[in-house]
Amino acid sequence: MPRWDYAPAPEATDIVTVKDTYGLFIGGEEVEPLSGDYFKTINPATEEVLAAIPEAGLEDIEAAVAAARKAAGTWAAIAPADRAKYLFRIARAMQERQRELAVLETMNGGKPIKESRDIDVPLAAAHFFYYAGWADKLEFAFPGRNAEPLGVCAQVIPWNFPLLMLAWKIAPALATGNTVVLKPAETTPLTALLFAQICHQAGLPAGVVNIVTGAGETGAALVNHPGVDKVAFTGSTEVGKQIQRSLAGSGKHLSLELGGKAANIVFADAPLDQAVEGIVNGIFFNQGHVCCAGSRLLLQESIATRVVSKLKRRLSTLRLGDPLDKNTDIGAINSRAQLDKIKELVGVGVDEGAELYQAPCELPEHGFWFPPTVFTGVSQSHRIAQEEIFGPVLSVLTFRTEDEAVEKANNTPYGLSAGVWTDKGSRILWMADRLKAGVVWANTFNRFDPASPFGGFKESGFGREGGRHGLEPYVRLT
Amino acid sequence: MTRAVSEGPGIVERIGGSVDAVGVEQRAAALGTRSIKKEAKLFGLDLAIRCCDLTTLEGADSPSKIAQLASKAMRPAPTDPSIPHVAALCIYPRLVAPAVAALGDSGVAVASVAGGFPSGQAPLDHRLAEIETAVSDGADEIDIVISRGALLAGDQDAVYEEVSRAREACGSAHLKVILETGELASYDRIRCASLVAMAAGADFIKTSTGKISLASTHPTAVVMAEAIRDFAEATGRAVGLKVAGGIKTAKEALRYLVIVNETLGEEWLDPDRFRIGASSVLNDILMQIDKQRSGVYSDPDRYTKD
Amino acid sequence: MAAERLAVNKTYKLYLNGGFPRSESGRSYEITGPDGFLANAVRASRKDVRDAVTAARAASSKWAGLTAYNRGQILYRVAEMMEARSAELVDEVSRAEGIEEAGRQVDEAIDSWVWYAGWTDKIAQVMGSLNPVAGPYFNLTAPEPIGVAGIIAPGESSLAGVVARLAPALCAGNAVVVLASESHPLPAIALSECFATADVPPGVVNVLTGHRDELAPVLAAHLDVDALDVTGVGEEKLGEIEEAAAGNVKRVIRAGPGRSPYEVTAFMEMKTVWHPKGA
Repeated sequence: MPRWDYAPAPEATDIVTVKDTYGLFIGGEEVEPLSGDYFKTINPATEEVLAAIPEAGLEDIEAAVAAARKAAGTWAAIAPADRAKYLFRIARAMQERQRELAVLETMNGGKPIKESRDIDVPLAAAHFFYYAGWADKLEFAFPGRNAEPLGVCAQVIPWNFPLLMLAWKIAPALATGNTVVLKPAETTPLTALLFAQICHQAGLPAGVVNIVTGAGETGAALVNHPGVDKVAFTGSTEVGKQIQRSLAGSGKHLSLELGGKAANIVFADAPLDQAVEGIVNGIFFNQGHVCCAGSRLLLQESIATRVVSKLKRRLSTLRLGDPLDKNTDIGAINSRAQLDKIKELVGVGVDEGAELYQAPCELPEHGFWFPPTVFTGVSQSHRIAQEEIFGPVLSVLTFRTEDEAVEKANNTPYGLSAGVWTDKGSRILWMADRLKAGVVWANTFNRFDPASPFGGFKESGFGREGGRHGLEPYVRLT
Repeated sequence: MTRAVSEGPGIVERIGGSVDAVGVEQRAAALGTRSIKKEAKLFGLDLAIRCCDLTTLEGADSPSKIAQLASKAMRPAPTDPSIPHVAALCIYPRLVAPAVAALGDSGVAVASVAGGFPSGQAPLDHRLAEIETAVSDGADEIDIVISRGALLAGDQDAVYEEVSRAREACGSAHLKVILETGELASYDRIRCASLVAMAAGADFIKTSTGKISLASTHPTAVVMAEAIRDFAEATGRAVGLKVAGGIKTAKEALRYLVIVNETLGEEWLDPDRFRIGASSVLNDILMQIDKQRSGVYSDPDRYTKD
Repeated sequence: MAAERLAVNKTYKLYLNGGFPRSESGRSYEITGPDGFLANAVRASRKDVRDAVTAARAASSKWAGLTAYNRGQILYRVAEMMEARSAELVDEVSRAEGIEEAGRQVDEAIDSWVWYAGWTDKIAQVMGSLNPVAGPYFNLTAPEPIGVAGIIAPGESSLAGVVARLAPALCAGNAVVVLASESHPLPAIALSECFATADVPPGVVNVLTGHRDELAPVLAAHLDVDALDVTGVGEEKLGEIEEAAAGNVKRVIRAGPGRSPYEVTAFMEMKTVWHPKGA
């Protein structure tokens, strides 16, 4: 028991009204699912049921795509400055309702309130603000070409950053004149459904944004619907490949943002205490449910012992518990299924001979939890250095030279992100040139900005989100 | 408390290390989001009082001003016996004798600035003489300043020399070394100055004199705490941290305590290893304690201004 | 019959350092409209110009130091304030320039403002460059604000004309001193009230009203002004003004054919940074 145990500091939840039952958001209205099916969504920290959510069936997808198609002509034809104004309104409304969105995001997904409040929601609003500004400036984003919308976009997003992923998808699509049908993840539908209300408040024309809820089958039905012009998917590499296969020959545009197994590389001359913060942020932010997580720590041999010791000490100050507590650093694992996967792979790591370390940590009785975990003595040939765990589990490897670090970092089918920690600027740039990753973070990690393009190399996907480049997946250049 | 011995200047380079400014500022900001409530808040506020170096360093200070402030130091809230006394009274050397007389055996230490405070621009032998006089007048603790000019000119050795001479001159008094971080202006230099001061025998390293506008900041405290931690690991010796300058509110005091708690650990939550140099913060702490206990916002005139 | 309510007449002062002071000279001049006397506008003096430049310089590094996103949000909020006051702005412009012109001009001013607000966090992406030099060097050219810009606003188009020059200058991250139209200064002061309520930091925008011939040469010659927009300067005076501007090699700027990001970069400097790439 620590001498100074910060007392519970729970964020109030009365700002949020969670309904018992939700409808789909189609054609500007909340409608009951034609399928008649519902499933439950829970709070993963308590396992308490929050609401009944529609399971959209084929007919519901049909209706949603039709609504998006119906709205597409008008939406593409209105003055671009007006599209901008709608998006600015949405951005402002998200800022106005930030507390409500943050609390709901934490209740439904399990991430710490200080992350929803300080990172997810502000970034989501900023994404709409940034892309609002592009809507009437496309001739400058694509000089010499006419940027035409693709039409109806099917967008399928994951459960790790529900509202932020929604913003990454919807903002550029709308700014470029497309209409969307978005399916939030099965376990985290609530902030998307609240977003539907915000679209209402902003006066967004009916059918421009449609939200259909459901699980894998709903997602498959959506991306395969012949009435869809473009598919944007963020999720696992495995499902990404399935989608790429099923769209083959269909003529549909596709962008994919998939998994990763990023190397976070620390050289001996790195600012060590800030590197430790970066390592911790890299793998324990959002419980490690991050595609670009720094899940492989590559330490230069000469400082390996020192850094591991600092890291272990730092783990002891991480607070795991009620995600709604303002002092919580590590929240709940999003679902039982994900928790089982993490436990399995951690078991594999132990069997493979890596050394496991977990700071002593009291896990709450109900809910899904996993303590921050560090494996040392890991090699590239261990499964825990190759497979994405998607949890708060770090694998630590060592290297001696720059070339070796690059080789190990690139030795993976993934290529989403990488981290480089060193005081030497020229080394940063040299490494950045050689790392096969779509995002290279130097002396920082897990930084996101609407102006900064994000996306992967190789099996981490293709297409970029954020920045001027983030417009490209949503236009046809004529 | 064990009196320090110099480690030798070589330890500075052996420990070494650089600081990323953006990273450390983010760490400080993140620590600032800790929400301290209820019993935890009362614990922190009580600790802040016990770690307070109640300070007056004005040209206008006189023996009777010191006697009055001493009274406040011993009994911050005359009608509330649950309020502890502060750690020390921090004053100019000429007022050490009256302070010692006023404080008696109350447990409040006498801390004297000495050695050309605040600029540190006096010749070394003058500075050492001032320390010796303050100690012989009865000071328990001595707060010196380093030569920032020497450090900025690259003369680390001169700074090492002056601190280790001061450590000797202190005898059994404990030595706090003020880095005047506002003048050092980069986190790398602050870390370096911290390591030099500790290597030369500082018992405490301190942020600021409070006499220039750029005083203690949260990232600075994080940098110094990290240096203290690295030094403790390398040598086994625990050096204390004192933050001073511009700390006016209880909220600020708690923020610094969080930094210490999460960077150095709970062994540093003690007046032997942590001090806050301030004056007006004491009354704000008393106000926050009352508010926490009664639920009602208080009024500044209910707290004595000595 | 109910008596007609007597109005409270508005006093129009300068907008300087976030506040609304009178001229240090205490002078004013009469503005008349279609129905006669409108107001005594402030007749600013050379010392007011000096004070405005001082305020702008003091504010410029903080404004330039905000994130582009933050600047964009503040500028967008100016547009929100303009929209909320659009009826008032229409009144001001129509008293100055006639009713047919007013509605169109106010709409254009607000929409232009929104357009430029959306450029703050995109200019660098479109106008900057990563340069592929022939060697192992990272080479980046990034646009940055010039610092303090003086704007001699057009005489006509009392609102949209000011906005057309002011919005890009602010979008670029500069602090500005504006000399409003001499004959129609009041809409610019009404616009200033929008700045004052939109979280624009004090000193970032300063608006002076008064006699053009008295003030423009002072602003043009001021050695602590980095750029001068001369769009509002008549042909006859241009030579004199441009010559005065040469005293500290001011960047002299004229409006282009319409709104564009080039209007923003006209108020910016390009900085190129090299760094070797090597392990």
